Amino acid sequence: MSAIIEIRDVSKAYGGVVANKDITLSVQQGAITGLIGPNGSGKTTLFNSVVGYHPIDSGSIQFEGKEISRIHVQEIARLGLIRTFQQTRIYKAMNCVENMLISLPHRKMRFLESFSRNSTADYENADRLLDFVGLYEKRFLKAGSLSFGQQKLLEFAMALMNEPKALLLDEPTAGINPTLINGLIDRLLRANREFGITLFVIEHNMRVIMNLAQKIYCLAHGELLAEGEPEAVQNDQRVIDAYLGAH
Amino acid sequence: MDQILFNLSLLGEYPIVNLKIVLDGVMIGALFALAAYGLALVWGVMNVKNLAQGDFVIAGGYVSWWLANQGVHPLLGVPAAFVVMWCIGWVAYKLVISRVVEKDLFTSLLATFGIAIMMAQILNLLFGSDTQSIKLDYDTLYFFDGFIDVPIAKLLGVLLATTLAACVVIFMKSSRMGQAIRATAQDARAARVLGIDTEKVYAFTFSLNSAICGAAGAIIVMVWVIQPFYGITHSIRAFVIVTAAGLGNLPGVIAAGLGIGALEQYGSHIFGIGYQQAIAVMLLLAVLLFRLIQQRRVRKSLQ
Amino acid sequence: MKTRKLILYGAALLFTLLAPFVMPDFKTQLATLWLMIIVALTWDMTGGQMGYNSLGNIFFYGTGMYVAAVICIALTHDVGEYTNAFGDHVYRFTDAQYFTGVALGILGAGVFCSVTALIIGYLTFGLRGPYFAIGTLGVAIAAGELVSNWDWVGGGQGISLPVFPYDLEQGKIFFYALFAATGTVIFIFLRWLYTTRFGAAINAIRDDEEKAEAMGIHTLRYKLTTWSIAAFFVGVAGGISAFQLIHFEPLETAYQTINLGIFMVVCVLLGGKGTLWGPVIGAIVFHLFKEVTWNYLLGWQWVALGALIVVTVVYFRDGIMGWLMHVRPEWFGIRVEKKTGEAMQEAGA
Repeated sequence: MSAIIEIRDVSKAYGGVVANKDITLSVQQGAITGLIGPNGSGKTTLFNSVVGYHPIDSGSIQFEGKEISRIHVQEIARLGLIRTFQQTRIYKAMNCVENMLISLPHRKMRFLESFSRNSTADYENADRLLDFVGLYEKRFLKAGSLSFGQQKLLEFAMALMNEPKALLLDEPTAGINPTLINGLIDRLLRANREFGITLFVIEHNMRVIMNLAQKIYCLAHGELLAEGEPEAVQNDQRVIDAYLGAH
Repeated sequence: MDQILFNLSLLGEYPIVNLKIVLDGVMIGALFALAAYGLALVWGVMNVKNLAQGDFVIAGGYVSWWLANQGVHPLLGVPAAFVVMWCIGWVAYKLVISRVVEKDLFTSLLATFGIAIMMAQILNLLFGSDTQSIKLDYDTLYFFDGFIDVPIAKLLGVLLATTLAACVVIFMKSSRMGQAIRATAQDARAARVLGIDTEKVYAFTFSLNSAICGAAGAIIVMVWVIQPFYGITHSIRAFVIVTAAGLGNLPGVIAAGLGIGALEQYGSHIFGIGYQQAIAVMLLLAVLLFRLIQQRRVRKSLQ
Repeated sequence: MKTRKLILYGAALLFTLLAPFVMPDFKTQLATLWLMIIVALTWDMTGGQMGYNSLGNIFFYGTGMYVAAVICIALTHDVGEYTNAFGDHVYRFTDAQYFTGVALGILGAGVFCSVTALIIGYLTFGLRGPYFAIGTLGVAIAAGELVSNWDWVGGGQGISLPVFPYDLEQGKIFFYALFAATGTVIFIFLRWLYTTRFGAAINAIRDDEEKAEAMGIHTLRYKLTTWSIAAFFVGVAGGISAFQLIHFEPLETAYQTINLGIFMVVCVLLGGKGTLWGPVIGAIVFHLFKEVTWNYLLGWQWVALGALIVVTVVYFRDGIMGWLMHVRPEWFGIRVEKKTGEAMQEAGA
């Protein structure tokens, strides 16, 4: 297994506030990697640096060996590195199927192909993935009329539709009905196993990340605090202290 | 082309000409800054981008001009324009702006564009399309063997503009209403939760903006000219200044205002007076492009 | 449903073909109506479907006029001498020269404008929302001012073009036919375009550009293509107008920022943004309203226009089509969540 995302010595400060300081971590191809940490520890800042939402102060971020810390959001997305948003972003005025069809991998399309209509295979694929996340019944409803949890599932399905190489998920279970969380974990695992998509997940919920990830990094105060197997991180005294605020 | 080169060489041969151009530009730029400050206020507080800004300026100018024709002293026209435009601003807010504050930005832009067209046409119907100005019978000061002429009227105009700006700034800093306005600008929802009547704040802000513009117009009619259709150029100038300076940046607005004034004077000196409108607009495009490149460097777009 | 649509389109086509013969006194007004439909449909491509509200599309209209005129003249004469002649010298065009000039001029206008749109778009599409609107407005105003200072194309006096060589009434039908053909072409083109992936992609840009970027959609490419297509048709319309009007000048006719430049926006808002028929219906309603009331308003028509913009924007934002969608969603195949209780149950559980 080789690293698909390599983050080396990345620092990012907002004015005087250091959000990330010399962070080095790597995400292995085909694995599920978790990123945890208390509120304000710089998880989302690191995510945004990776997907190109702001420039970084120093360090390097590589995706499949290509430096991406200087290029823009859409160029990164076109390399096959897709993210979902903490505050779900879907096209609320369109129905689920339309949402799915918009998410077709445009990077794999030649310019003239974008002038063609969606093929039957595209529709079938959309239906299959909506079925996969359990929204098949609601596929003709306006996405805006779905519940928050369903919208999150839809966004996840849209990301799968895009056939990414790696998927960055920002708190996939936040705001989701606890009874649905197990189903979501199951689907994330299946997406990783069946579609071969590398997952890099920010998660607040320890139980979720323990069941999901093979390797976990923990941030605190903008610095990398611990890394390793789920059990090791879970039992790391520093991680427990950070979460309990005993600093 | 030869004319342009000649004009350029003039600047090199007689450095004193530069001083005159800058001086003229700065004096007129002070008035641009006043209108731009009003725009920044409305933009920052209620997120309305007011394309009728310049028409408020021109309307204020006509108020003062009309009063002067009735025999009122021109200097009294400034407070008169302030009051009249306050009322017009309040009516515009109640009828139109209050209904677009919470809507998307293009809605407010287009609604104010509609107001701009209406105001320009009404002024045209009332006062005709000739350019107008008020001649003040004050002396002109001469420096450097008469190379530099500074009409006292213009100095007076700058003084009035500075006084007005100072009053507004003090008002914003120290009065309760000023504090409420600044709180609303930072977070309207939080302000509402804390019991500030944002509706009242918005109405006050918009009226204040309109009044500032009116006063600026009343000064402009004394030191320059007005015409019903010059409004859009003033609006564009205000946008250039606010875009260049950013919101909530008073020194920036003043600096940008003076700078735009000077650049425009240079432009019309070099290219000829026929290009005056074009120069104001080209400056807008230049500022937008500059800001765009700036934003691109931080992986963002200008919005 | 299918046959009803066919009948509708058939009737529209029949009306288009017969209108100038059924209403021979209104040929010019009908031609202007088609012009409105063209500019409204093209404005809606960026404004309604893509969410980029341009106030400067009139730039392409004016540029189209000038490009068409310059091409037509330059084929046979020296442009600088021609524009500065002021009747000292009578320039003649043969029939063949005239029609080649019209054909090449109109096509050239379209091509030139679509290339210009690529350049301006590349520079301005980083601007979002109000900045884009003001920026494009700036481009249109600047172009008008610069052209009116440019003596080679006649400066503030404008350009006169040769007159249609045959009967005047035939000329009117000729220009009506040109406008109607262009309008029909763009309508059919858009009807197809909005069903493709391309249409979906520009809708995605409108609804959430940041999300579209995050999903790897080539936003700039789609934006440029859309604007370039719109500019092509506006340029063509400008070219036709140039020959129809015979004489035009820069500020009031060509780069008429507050006339046609704002009419097109009003048409679209009135009819309904982001719909195929909205701009067409809006253009018809607006044009009828304008033609009927304009002369009775005695100089207050511009004030009325300003008021119409304000009223439409403030009180009737969704337009006629938006209103229809609201009261008759089933006509548009929109489904709404019937069992709202279910979603609430889940959120509350």
